[in-house]
Amino acid sequence: METRMYETDVLIIGGGTAGTMAAIKAKQAQPQLNVLVLDKADIRRSGAISMGMDGLNNAVVPGKATPEEYTLEITESNDGIIDQRAVYRQASECYPIIQELDSWGVDFEKDAEGNYEVYRVHRKGRYVLPMPKASNLKLILAKKVKQHRCKVINRVMATRLLTEGNQVVGALGLDVNSGELVIVKAKAVVLTAGAAGRMGLTDSGYLYSTYENPTNSGEGFAMVYHAGAELTGIECYQINPTMKDYNGPACAYVAGPFGGYTANAKGERVTGCDYWSGELIMNMWKLANKGEWPLFLKLTHLDDETVSKIEAILHHNERPSRDLFHAGRGKDYRTDMVELNFSEVGLCSGHSASGVLVNHEAETSLRGLYAAGDMACVPHQYLLGALTFGKIAGVNAAAFAASTARVEPNQGQIEAERKRIEALSANADGVPHQQVEYKIRRIVTQYLMPPKTTTKMELALEKIRHFRKEDLKLLGARDPHELGRALEIHSIVDCAEMMASASLFRKESRWGFYHYYLDYPERDDANWMKRVIVKKGGDGEIELSTKELPPYVLETRTGVAGGTTA
Amino acid sequence: MSNYSAHYVQQRAEASVIIDRDKCIGCDICVQVCPMGILALDKDGKAYMKYDECWYCTPCQTDCPVDAVRVHIPYLVR
Repeated sequence: METRMYETDVLIIGGGTAGTMAAIKAKQAQPQLNVLVLDKADIRRSGAISMGMDGLNNAVVPGKATPEEYTLEITESNDGIIDQRAVYRQASECYPIIQELDSWGVDFEKDAEGNYEVYRVHRKGRYVLPMPKASNLKLILAKKVKQHRCKVINRVMATRLLTEGNQVVGALGLDVNSGELVIVKAKAVVLTAGAAGRMGLTDSGYLYSTYENPTNSGEGFAMVYHAGAELTGIECYQINPTMKDYNGPACAYVAGPFGGYTANAKGERVTGCDYWSGELIMNMWKLANKGEWPLFLKLTHLDDETVSKIEAILHHNERPSRDLFHAGRGKDYRTDMVELNFSEVGLCSGHSASGVLVNHEAETSLRGLYAAGDMACVPHQYLLGALTFGKIAGVNAAAFAASTARVEPNQGQIEAERKRIEALSANADGVPHQQVEYKIRRIVTQYLMPPKTTTKMELALEKIRHFRKEDLKLLGARDPHELGRALEIHSIVDCAEMMASASLFRKESRWGFYHYYLDYPERDDANWMKRVIVKKGGDGEIELSTKELPPYVLETRTGVAGGTTA
Repeated sequence: MSNYSAHYVQQRAEASVIIDRDKCIGCDICVQVCPMGILALDKDGKAYMKYDECWYCTPCQTDCPVDAVRVHIPYLVR
């Protein structure tokens, strides 16, 4: 394969919301530096949200909520396993981001006096700020990236980080149009490569009808793992309530403030609080096992005008083809409840807590490597967390790059990656990626989906390792596009192995359904109020350990045992 | 390694993204913005769905300057 080379000061991998914000803020902080954004798709429509978002789920607006209140709420929602300082920082620094987005033309809901309207979806505080017409968020961010003269290279899928000892010095990738191997030398790297959203099989049976944008296939998790960085919260899976088959969010966050709710088949309200957490999913799972299933999003009791308002948001923002889906099945919110189901299992700190271990400065355990967004462990951070930590990561990466000399990449690492990629294209007659992907995702669904048991997880590990050894050798690709899809399967296999290993290691149950481990059905704060760390050991195998939580910065409320207060 | 199949079984799949060839001006925007990279221009310079890997997310339809693209929900999902 041909080779293409770039040199930059700051490299951003993944131009979604976190990555675009990181690029803008890196350039603003150090205008003399070169900032380069790589995206496997196109930054105008890439990342988790693609078309836009209907609201900020965790806006801490002065006068409406406090950073303390939000941090304590998330501490509780994530069962105490949290870097409070990082969450507190997100809560404290998100408001200027909202104001900046507002000044860039992002539309937020305001009252007659021009104050932001926030609604309660969480258990206690009011943090949901609707963006009724913000379908251009991604276009706006992409334009800002260009205005700031950051260099953008679309359709290059980063696949490995380049390291020198404990420092990250660039990245390797595949141009999924030309098939070239892309080498980027960088002084600092920000990883914003998104969730691992293509882990379990979907309800519909269509491989790409995932909850997450299917481009988010876990390269970020795989890259940091192979570079030797620490990951955490991997056993705290993501499973979300979604509209069955369509697999877009169940949308209680949007419909709730208008009076919509989650109901049983009789139309009775069931969940009480619709905030997404392992506890909510556990409640749903218990109902399913009692035969009280399915659940529905109920809007039928609302008047036509209200339903029209909800439709205007749901059908024009995050997942605009929802109306087509409902129409195709002859359903209308006015007369029919919307059937819900669980999403497939995945890894994502946007809604849950899995990711590369980062501190409140977005620093990972490797020098020169920063991370933000769905792949960086700042639990329940959602879109606004990606933007806020994207900014922090960008600013800090720029400062690091400004004071660091360039390190030449290691040729051995480049050649090893070339070999991995060329083996797939050399096997053009191999098994097509769809079939190979189906099989690994079948293993994930059948063995990794909670409730977890030691027997299931050990079988999962055996099958995943066998798959790595045998099936990945059969996988082939006929063109650069297929090569990208095939490499994504490598990421899925890496993530699956980490999910099984981390789950087996945490010998308790925590986070409701996300880590419901039948061999250890109780939460065990005495032994497990700590992080599980996953990293690649010196022998190339997964190494597991625990790490104490960083000291809490706030006094905890009753019911949350936890780290010591600083 | 090979799976030893001399020929593939041809599997037909219904395309979810439909492009009106009379309207398409070959500007390539839909090809560029599709997150999954599943669209391409054919030998006549008209866009078409080349790979059956659609998230029905609709940038191709929204960003088309001549309203030539229609996204349908993939058969298994609808």
